[in-house]
Amino acid sequence: MTTELKKFRIRWGMVIDVDKCTGCGACMVACQAENNVPPENTSNRRKSLNWLLVYELSNGKSFPGHDLAYLPRPCQQCGTYPCASVCPVIATDKNEEGGIVSQIYPRCIGCRYCMAACPYHARYFNWRDPVWPAGMEKNLSPDVSVRPRGVVEKCSFCHHRFMQAKDKARVEERDIFDLEDGEYVTACAESCPNGAIVFGDLNNPKHRAHDLAASPQAFRLLERLGTDPQVYYLSRREWVRAQGDNRLPDEGNRG
Amino acid sequence: MNAAYNAPLDAELFPEGLSRCSLKKFLIWLLPVSLVLLWGLYAAFKVLSTGLGVTGLDDYFGFGLWITFDLAVIALGAGAFFTGLLRYILNIDPLKNIINLAVIVGFICYSGAMLVLVLDIGQPLRAWFGYWHANVHSMLTEVIFCITCYCIVLVIEYIPLALEQRQLNRIPFLRILAHNLHVFMPLFAGIGAFLSTFHQGSLGGMYGVMFGRPYAFREGFFIWPWTFFLFVLSAVGSGPVFTVLVASLMEKITGRKLVSWEIKSIMGKIAGTMLCVYIFFKFLDTWWWIADSLPKAGMSFDQMFHGWVYGKWLMVMELFVCGLVPCVLLVKKSLRDRPALFYLAALLDCAGIVINRYVMTVQTLAMPVMPFDQWVVYTPNWVEWAASLLVVAYGAVTLSFSYRYLPVFPQEKELNRE
Repeated sequence: MTTELKKFRIRWGMVIDVDKCTGCGACMVACQAENNVPPENTSNRRKSLNWLLVYELSNGKSFPGHDLAYLPRPCQQCGTYPCASVCPVIATDKNEEGGIVSQIYPRCIGCRYCMAACPYHARYFNWRDPVWPAGMEKNLSPDVSVRPRGVVEKCSFCHHRFMQAKDKARVEERDIFDLEDGEYVTACAESCPNGAIVFGDLNNPKHRAHDLAASPQAFRLLERLGTDPQVYYLSRREWVRAQGDNRLPDEGNRG
Repeated sequence: MNAAYNAPLDAELFPEGLSRCSLKKFLIWLLPVSLVLLWGLYAAFKVLSTGLGVTGLDDYFGFGLWITFDLAVIALGAGAFFTGLLRYILNIDPLKNIINLAVIVGFICYSGAMLVLVLDIGQPLRAWFGYWHANVHSMLTEVIFCITCYCIVLVIEYIPLALEQRQLNRIPFLRILAHNLHVFMPLFAGIGAFLSTFHQGSLGGMYGVMFGRPYAFREGFFIWPWTFFLFVLSAVGSGPVFTVLVASLMEKITGRKLVSWEIKSIMGKIAGTMLCVYIFFKFLDTWWWIADSLPKAGMSFDQMFHGWVYGKWLMVMELFVCGLVPCVLLVKKSLRDRPALFYLAALLDCAGIVINRYVMTVQTLAMPVMPFDQWVVYTPNWVEWAASLLVVAYGAVTLSFSYRYLPVFPQEKELNRE
């Protein structure tokens, strides 16, 4: 019933250290600016676009045992994607080396079935035409297309940066499938003041992300649903790891 | 001559030998219906001109009232394909007395659902991409294929009835065309049954395949989750009695007998039998969902419900009050033959199917899957209600004109003999 797992030589992924995240939101701002995501023009937060959203997690205890964590949530670029398999018009797919789930805006019919299927709420719909405050449209990035109303969009792991890194490697006559660690990074990873977001090829032992993803403190969101996300989280706190997935009372916590 | 003077202005258009109310009365009836229609058209204009931001939908509830409404009317419109199958393929002859109405109701339900879908998708001008860029792995692709094709079949089934209009039928070409279409009707009934079975199923399959949503996800057989089969069964278990309810409502409004009790009873028996089969498998499915599917997702039965809005009462209503009760009332002849109990059962049956479509659509999305996420409540706004009522008003107009000018009910003359 579920989608088959596609294997890629390169698997771009993120490892986010939740313990290092202060919830400052720099990653969210960097993402909005990099990807031409229009600012909110609605008071309804569930109608605003946030490719990357920082969630606040609580251990549910009162002072002095109270503890908080901040969890940035980009698209999880699932290996077994719940979204692309349901799209009726193949407006979203995972078929390019690197394993990034694509979104083809000119083909999307706006049925929002992919949004219903995604358990991470990583997909956003353009409920209205995008509007930028006067003058701000001059800062739009020429590398990312602006989306019209009526289509779904989501985090693309700054795919245009991947294209640029590959172009550079081609010019230098290097293997485009063997990029150096740090040669291609997303805007959110670049902007994080604490270095909480590490981006790289999860299959390449020369990349930091590869080792971090194998850490015993690493976990993925909703792993037991079988989505096989390419975004990993790190935390030394057991209660944070426990909130990564649903568990029955008799199953105990992981980690 | 006196009779002709007293006859309504449009009497020459009425079916042969049948009387209808005055044209003035008919227009007065159409006035409130048209007002609702205009309100709905205004909402449709708002959506198409400014986008879906004017609705109550949001990123948590990409599906809402409109999808619930679509699924409900498509299930209730199943009377058309199932009655057609029984009448033309299995030759259950008495059903000829209600098949015309079943076809019209089916046509209204399907064309109305497509009208709402035009509003519901963000890029209606790209709707044809479903054919051009078809993803054969998506249940929604199959739904797009079958619903559009089946709507065409319903138009083909409706045409011979429209051509039987008294004045049109005088034109030899149209009379012969209508006759020939009647001859081929078993073929269209067969195609309709095939298409309809698959898209009713695929609508259920749409939810069942969402493995990221534990409320809806189901295991299944081959490529079809169990919801595929449950949606087919629930549609044929409710569609026939919905047709009867429409017929009875028309009888109340017109003050004339249109369908004999015997026919209504047969339709009730058919729906009741299918409803029993459905409820049996629905209970099995629910048990397996609680015992196996949910624990596999790390979730418990209690986590699927929240407060009053998404409470367990909905499940009790769906499975017991609107499931088991109408089963008993419709299957047992002594109970079915008491009109009050029959109509109660029919109403409960349809309500149960609407609840099912609602929870599968809205509760599935309302339930937080990430442990740190929260339940959110969805409230449709006036734009969504107005567009849904637009379809209801459109249905009322279509039925009103069909009843006034077409020979919809073969028994009408006999049942109203003075």
